[in-house]
Amino acid sequence: MTNDVKLAQQQLDERKYRRERVKSRVAWGFAWFFACLWMLIALVPFAFMVFNSFRKQFDMFVQGVFHLPEPWYFANYPNIIQNGFFGYFARSVLIVAISLVLMLIISSFAAYPLSRMKFRLRNLIYAGIIAMMSIPMHVTLIPIFKMTNWMGLYDNKYALIGPYVAFALPMAVFILTGFMMTIPREVEEAAVIDGCNKYSMFFRIILPLSKSGLSTLAIYNGVSMWNEFAFANTLLLSADQKTLPLALGQFKGEHAMDMPLMLAVLVLSALPMIILFIIFQDKLVKGMMAGAVKG
Amino acid sequence: MGNKSRRILAETSQKGTALAATLFLAPALILIAMYMIYPVIDTFVTSQYQWNGISADKMFIGLENWKTLFKDYKFWDSFVHNLIVMVFSILLQIPLGLMLATFLDSVGRRSNIFKIIWFLPYLMSSVAIAFLFNYILGTNDGLFTSLATMINGKRTIVDLLGKSPQALFAVIGVMAWQFTPFYMVYFIAGYSNISTSLYEAAIIDGANRRQYLFKIAIPLLGPIFKTACTMSMIGSLKYFDMIWNMTQGGPAGGTELMATYMYKLSFQQWKMGYGSTVAAGMFILITVIALLFQKVFVVKEDY
Repeated sequence: MTNDVKLAQQQLDERKYRRERVKSRVAWGFAWFFACLWMLIALVPFAFMVFNSFRKQFDMFVQGVFHLPEPWYFANYPNIIQNGFFGYFARSVLIVAISLVLMLIISSFAAYPLSRMKFRLRNLIYAGIIAMMSIPMHVTLIPIFKMTNWMGLYDNKYALIGPYVAFALPMAVFILTGFMMTIPREVEEAAVIDGCNKYSMFFRIILPLSKSGLSTLAIYNGVSMWNEFAFANTLLLSADQKTLPLALGQFKGEHAMDMPLMLAVLVLSALPMIILFIIFQDKLVKGMMAGAVKG
Repeated sequence: MGNKSRRILAETSQKGTALAATLFLAPALILIAMYMIYPVIDTFVTSQYQWNGISADKMFIGLENWKTLFKDYKFWDSFVHNLIVMVFSILLQIPLGLMLATFLDSVGRRSNIFKIIWFLPYLMSSVAIAFLFNYILGTNDGLFTSLATMINGKRTIVDLLGKSPQALFAVIGVMAWQFTPFYMVYFIAGYSNISTSLYEAAIIDGANRRQYLFKIAIPLLGPIFKTACTMSMIGSLKYFDMIWNMTQGGPAGGTELMATYMYKLSFQQWKMGYGSTVAAGMFILITVIALLFQKVFVVKEDY
């Protein structure tokens, strides 16, 4: 009798287990299906861009989009490079590098007293700087355009440095202040005993210890400055001042109908980020996510 | 050391601190004042003028621009577009990001190749994406047109960007393509913050993977959801780069957003006075919506 009950129970358990397993198999099947589908969605635009950049202008129409390039046509790339692509690239590198260095210096300067000193107005200043994170740059576009004109910097690539540094500051100060607060008090006390004053303390102790925070900020802001469009488009006019994000529009103006050539420009402008991503994967992802504190 | 000299010492050190703090803070404060605070004030001041941005004669017209703004259906249309973009961004990007992150978290290291490829779209700049999708969605050799032509057997044009209701949704789709990876990585970080002992405890208590996921892990991501929604919301209210390069607000204002409208007025039609009014209006709307959003979420949490 008891044996029968046990057996029935066992069978029931087994059936339940099997049903669960089938269910979970089906669920996994769906999951992998959607995973592959999304992979396709993510990749197809890239494939479109890369393959079609190796065609001649009219081959695309003749061969159709889904046909592999026949023959592979490589001249689009040298053509772009001869047409000043590296100029845009070099200007972007220059402006981003100067802005980044200035931004890191100024924000760590500001974070130091906010995190390690006691003085009146400290909390007020800190709160004020944090509040600046929510100012949309579009609101400042017209006044900054006027200001740049007034300073005689209109259509000069160096005009971008000011806005780039200023708009990166609030978040950088916020992150670095938090970072520097975690440095133990004892380190500072030991430095004071060894004869450090407030200034040498910053350069010898606090700044070296903040390296990892600084590198995260450098990645995040480097990426956003590299891609910045609105300020550049407003403040720059001539081709010999424009940065890389504006190069696309410039090339389009000159080669409007040549889609393969334009796609080659796109490949070249996306390439640096993709190469960096392949080399520094996790570091880059972490850096790019630094902006998530904004919300 | 006497009491008095100690006080003097303390005072000098306080003065020293104040001086050091001022010196260290000055560059940041000057830049922020110059490029953020002054421009915001100036936008509100300029919003009361009629001015073409170049000539010296600015005409003060008081609140006239603001009255125009209230009646300007173009501005309110673009605001509605912003709201539509906002709703669909939150509805598409965040659930998709969560699904992808959940998959990666469940499969583990074996799925690294998925992670890498899924992240790729976020590596492209908005401008590059705008140009790329202009071609992909275009009617000449575009991906969709070619696909439809192939399936149909004869030339079929799929004009996603050329007509009004679908253009906005095409743009929303492209945004989802671009930003889903961001939320994916964000949720991956959230998952990795949940300690493995919780998973072990749940399994020991007889939970299966699905129960763990829906009853433990996803509820624990709550605060992250809030931040993700806030980011998506603010981001879609000030969206500019991609739309500007893809449609310039067209066709016939069908994808016009507040930022593109402002930019058009100010830097194409050179109505800097009214452009400033639109910018200021945009600033007010974004701030109000952000605060409301915060409030609604806080209430929910208390409940």
